Amino acid sequence: MASAVHHVDTPPRPKPEDLLLDIRNLKIEARVYPPGETPRDVTIVDGVSLTLARGKVLGLIGESGAGKSTIGLSAMAYGRGGVRITGGEVILNGRDILKTGKDGVRKLRGAEVCYVAQSAAAAFNPAHRLMDQVVEAAILHGSATRAEAEQRAKHLFRKLSLPNPDTIGDRYPHQVSGGQLQRVMTAMALCSEPDLIVFDEPTTALDVTTQIDVLAAIKDAIRDTGVAALYITHDLAVVAQVSDEIMVLRHGKLVEWGGTRQIIKEPRQEYTNALVSVHHIEHEEHAPTANPILSARNITAAYGGGPIKVLKNVSVDIFPGQTLAVVGESGSGKSTLARAITGLLPPEQGSITFAGRTLSNALKDRSRDDLRELQMIYQMADVAMNPRQTVGTIIGRPLEFYFGIKGRERDQRVAELLDKIEMGKGFVDRYPAELSGGQKQRVCIARALAAKPKLIICDEVTSALDPLVAHGILELLLGLQKDENVAYLFITHDLATVKSIADSIAVMYRGEVVRYGPKSRVLTPPFDAYTDLLLSSVPEMEIGWLEKAIKGRRMESAGN
Amino acid sequence: MLKRIPVSSLIGLIFTALFLIVAVFAPFLAPYGNGQIVGGVWEPMSAQYWLGTDNLGRDLLSRMIYGARITIFISVAATALSFTMGSVLGFAAAVIGGWFETLMSRLVDLLMAIPTLIFGLVILSVLPTTIPVLIMVMGILDSTRVYRLSRAVAADINVMDFVEAAKLRGEGTGWIIFREILPNALSPLVSELGLRFIYAVLFLSALSFLGLGVQPPDADWGGMVKENKEGIVFGIPAALIPAAAIAALAISVNLVADWILNRTSSLKGGRG
Repeated sequence: MASAVHHVDTPPRPKPEDLLLDIRNLKIEARVYPPGETPRDVTIVDGVSLTLARGKVLGLIGESGAGKSTIGLSAMAYGRGGVRITGGEVILNGRDILKTGKDGVRKLRGAEVCYVAQSAAAAFNPAHRLMDQVVEAAILHGSATRAEAEQRAKHLFRKLSLPNPDTIGDRYPHQVSGGQLQRVMTAMALCSEPDLIVFDEPTTALDVTTQIDVLAAIKDAIRDTGVAALYITHDLAVVAQVSDEIMVLRHGKLVEWGGTRQIIKEPRQEYTNALVSVHHIEHEEHAPTANPILSARNITAAYGGGPIKVLKNVSVDIFPGQTLAVVGESGSGKSTLARAITGLLPPEQGSITFAGRTLSNALKDRSRDDLRELQMIYQMADVAMNPRQTVGTIIGRPLEFYFGIKGRERDQRVAELLDKIEMGKGFVDRYPAELSGGQKQRVCIARALAAKPKLIICDEVTSALDPLVAHGILELLLGLQKDENVAYLFITHDLATVKSIADSIAVMYRGEVVRYGPKSRVLTPPFDAYTDLLLSSVPEMEIGWLEKAIKGRRMESAGN
Repeated sequence: MLKRIPVSSLIGLIFTALFLIVAVFAPFLAPYGNGQIVGGVWEPMSAQYWLGTDNLGRDLLSRMIYGARITIFISVAATALSFTMGSVLGFAAAVIGGWFETLMSRLVDLLMAIPTLIFGLVILSVLPTTIPVLIMVMGILDSTRVYRLSRAVAADINVMDFVEAAKLRGEGTGWIIFREILPNALSPLVSELGLRFIYAVLFLSALSFLGLGVQPPDADWGGMVKENKEGIVFGIPAALIPAAAIAALAISVNLVADWILNRTSSLKGGRG
């Protein structure tokens, strides 16, 4: 599909008087230092060209490593972490900003082009008040006096529907929520009235329920101020809501570029089609059986014996060979439920029955069989594996530890397990650092399977992965469930994932289960207010979804 | 594989190896006996006495060679003791936590509150100054630093998901300390090892210089500086030679430690 000479249809060039940004044949390289080898240059962005008209929004989308952030930052003549722009032109407002030198770039950044980062919490200085940081660029560039800039900032706070717009600027970054901070950052970018804003995954780190508010705020602000934007994300459904055009990138090369409607409705490239059609796994729901494999009754738990109960009277059942999905936003207690079940956080009240016997609350009192039959897979596969152990050791250890299998038989079993996770025995000697994100998660799955468990707790196992890779992991998990008859407790905030794999669902909100039952019943109206909010907040790949969703909401999200 | 070693590490390796060979094969290499008086006091360098003679007329080269043996043996033994004790206790404190950690940490604070040299002097003036006692005192005093470092490093690793996964699997404290934490704590510990070895050399030299270290007629390099220090006034370099040897050992061992650090911090098993 993507060959060196392949031709990509591009949308018509904007009229010269409308043209704001014109990137021509951009080439970006970085020097990598593999240990023990001579340093070499790798090409991160290879000959990408784009144009952006005033007041328009172009979405840059692709998986990690596609070069989208790097291209976005090149619009500010910036290369992050030793990345060098080695070829091409970036023409902004009629001049090539790569040739303006240090002073020219300094005048440009924060005045003509502004940047909104993914993690607002890391981008704000915790020692200064929000207002000081929001108006700083405008004052520095002399485009406004302090009073004017603050006036403008308050106006922007109101436009971005932040609470208490007149006084929120007096707070420090830690005194507002994550979703609010992201909007303050958008206000900061808009405050110096730039021509272009680069949004770098501005909603990726937020809960779905918060994301929708921030998205709507950003969209309104772009429309009202007439600023142009590069919107970088890996989520097509999100970008479909805000952008006029979408550019699909892969491995630093352009795959497809077109109007938003064309890209999501009639993708012309195979890769775009794969991105658009992700998340369609058919999964037949199983009915609950008579005897649950795990039954948690009235679990109440708190950290450090404190007065704040993170879990309140939670009861759920998991049936053999089935999947219970636990959904909710961050802070709802989903991961704490997993910790309570595994014994890492002994519950204060309540009991857990597993495979017909009552589990001791504390981890150290549990028998080896209890530990073996209840395995866990983590969100961040790279920290869930000891970086100093090979794949063979990682997968082989449960075999040795639980079954006493050693030597050649162990190697044999490790090879079988590697086959099961579709990787093959060539990986036995690899270290985790030599695996891709998806492969790491597969190895973690194999490690859990090696113990022949009856239940695996999956804590956000696909959240850190690119959509296509995550899709592969979900299919693998479902296939293994069929073969091994293992049950899953699947913790996630992603409702699309839930729809594709769950048999029953528990919706959690602030430590309580607010809705619980078989998937078909939980996802059938009438909904309670929170489930409704959660369901309606999941972005759909449909133009105009955002406005419809905002209008239809019955309840404000907790992050607002 | 030798090609990939940087020049500085190569120099460090060669010198360290040289010192070690000299230390191990001292009796075969030294032209004269350790305490043997062979000539006049402070004779200059000559074909017969390559480095001249010392304050009692003993061959300085032979004294240096035997001195290398004593200095390196005591320092290696003390460093080994301090590392074994410090790191095992430090890891255990981080993994076990609770009262064990509090007790150990306060005990270490107590030891560290007293300046090492003064503490060493007090103990050694009470106990008989034999080599095992010297090693014990140096090792225990130095292990406080190693304990602090290992506890801090292990506390960081102990909260990682892979350690939690091992705990969920039901692994014992031994496996968690030696198989999960130790390999990941090696890099900072190895770089510390070079440094602590040198501190041991310097500490021993200081003790000997003050007369509480190795006792005559044996002498380590620090003791030899002391024996010959009066000669400096008369322009005789006999005291500077052991001092220079201490410096050369310090630098070459650290060059090697740096190289090992670079190799072990690679997460691909050092194979690139």
